[in-house]
Amino acid sequence: MSIDVIKPGLATSVQDKGRPGFYHLGIPLSGALDQQSYQLANWLVGNEDGAAVLECTLMGPELSFDAPAVLAVTGAEVAVRLNGQAVERHASFAVKAGDVLSFGVMKLGARAYVAVAGGIDVPPVLGSRSTYGLGAFGGLNGRKLQAGDRLPVGRASAAARPGYQVPTSLLPVLRKEVELRVLPGLYFHRLEDSSAQSFFADTWSVAAEADRIGYRYKNGSPLAFRERTPPFGAGHDPSNIVDAGYPYGSIQVPGGREPIILHRDAVSGGGYAMVGTVISADMDLIAQMQPNHKARFVAVDMAQALQARADRRQQLDRLRHALTA
Amino acid sequence: MSEDTLPSQARYTFGGDEHLFVEISEAMSLPAFFKGMAICTELQRRQLPGVTEICPANAAYLVRFDPDLIAPDLLLAALKDIEAGLGQGELQLQTRLIEIPVLYNDPWTHETLMRFRERHQDPSSTDIEYAARVNGHASVEAFIAAHSGSPWFVSMVGFVAGLPFLFQMVERAQQIQVPKYLSPRTDTPRLTLGHGGCFSCIYSVRGAGGYQMFGVTPAPIFDPAQRLPYFKDLMVFFKPGDIVKWKPIDRAEYDRLLLEVEAGRYEPRCVPVSFSLNDFLADPQTYNQQLLEALNEH
Repeated sequence: MSIDVIKPGLATSVQDKGRPGFYHLGIPLSGALDQQSYQLANWLVGNEDGAAVLECTLMGPELSFDAPAVLAVTGAEVAVRLNGQAVERHASFAVKAGDVLSFGVMKLGARAYVAVAGGIDVPPVLGSRSTYGLGAFGGLNGRKLQAGDRLPVGRASAAARPGYQVPTSLLPVLRKEVELRVLPGLYFHRLEDSSAQSFFADTWSVAAEADRIGYRYKNGSPLAFRERTPPFGAGHDPSNIVDAGYPYGSIQVPGGREPIILHRDAVSGGGYAMVGTVISADMDLIAQMQPNHKARFVAVDMAQALQARADRRQQLDRLRHALTA
Repeated sequence: MSEDTLPSQARYTFGGDEHLFVEISEAMSLPAFFKGMAICTELQRRQLPGVTEICPANAAYLVRFDPDLIAPDLLLAALKDIEAGLGQGELQLQTRLIEIPVLYNDPWTHETLMRFRERHQDPSSTDIEYAARVNGHASVEAFIAAHSGSPWFVSMVGFVAGLPFLFQMVERAQQIQVPKYLSPRTDTPRLTLGHGGCFSCIYSVRGAGGYQMFGVTPAPIFDPAQRLPYFKDLMVFFKPGDIVKWKPIDRAEYDRLLLEVEAGRYEPRCVPVSFSLNDFLADPQTYNQQLLEALNEH
């Protein structure tokens, strides 16, 4: 079967678990920005781990189907309609040939995931079906969806059926204000003491420049780096370093003005000092932030980061158990 | 080359719970790059479970790991152990010497740089005229001779897919240095030869950029469709550790090579070489001459 794209939405792309192993060549991980919602969507329709879904950003697409299928929508809080009739999020439902799926405005959260039983079956590139826009490969023709596109769908598993539901108590909670836990480090020592404090004390807002590559934050105090004699090759601005690799989740502050957190389509390196890294457990939260949503950065140590990671895994295990047992 | 003396120990710092970032030196130098490469090569050889990405970059390197498979402290200890155990043998590198044709002063980057003149330090001259002047060269020709005379190390591949950063194999006093544009351009032709700080690069895809633009190469370096034979194994051509020699070409040669590319026949000249850091440091100029002879013999 296949899915026809009537309207593409703002930025809808094919994504999966990601494409690890090529960061040393500048090819980032890619994959669904909110991995928890992505996995949830696949479990609801009985897909194997790693199946490709559609990631919809801020404004969803309009899609039609040429054969019966089982679908689920997770992630952002948004009205989902089948032929104009409301359908539940976080539950699997059936579509017939000719049905049209559409979306309202995302009220909370910034990304919704549409899984179809069998997965979006575009050809894998370097082991993944995820779209990497800057490199123009993966997904459907290496780009976000356009009107008129046709998406191939794989074979549904025997487990695919409508009516599965995420227990309400396990549903992820979306907020307009979040705390993002940060392990200070990398070039944190190059911040002036006052900036090292204000970075964690201030409330930051998501700026307009927020996409799969990175999220820029505004409205906090400018951050001052300590003056120094520039090391050879580093550049003159005190926020510059000799170009180096950027961790996923790392926070750079070009010119000391606005922090940028890199996400799964990260540029793999560059010449801006990074002051810390958002811990892996909180990367999904960033994916659901709309422009003007607020964040506070909370400093944690490695033990707390690992505990948060274990807690997140436990939460995922509970969800998996509830949906696949 | 005392200016290239490295800190006795690298600086280790975690990037969240999944990355370990290691700064060999705050300053760029060939020994710093080499030390990072040597550690990355040994780490690769050890095949530690849980290590998912090993990314050498200029004077640092980045390791991505899964802390559920390897405890952060164990990885840290392993990397410190590799650093402490580095011997002279690791200062040798078996690598590729690649000749990349360059049309300096080409019409396409010229058109682009004229469009963004107000973002440049010196709107009254072109990027290459400016670079020649601030680096003390009497003419653009003399600058091109310096840029293309000595070879360059690929010291990092990244920013975006397949984009090489290159560091010239000359003493610090002869390094070409130029600032980036005052504010980045929104456009750069694909396969532009750029330079910012002490690094040259080739833009693998069209897009934004802040490096000064000196020319273009007809040689594709990133090919997701893997159409040309040298992309058979991987869509990215360059690897950290490659050595590059720029070959200035004229417009007629550029057009001829472009036809070869379009016909699917083009392949850059590429020979295996062995590089010794100590021999290089003892006499860079003579060493480079001998190294480049491998291209003539081939």
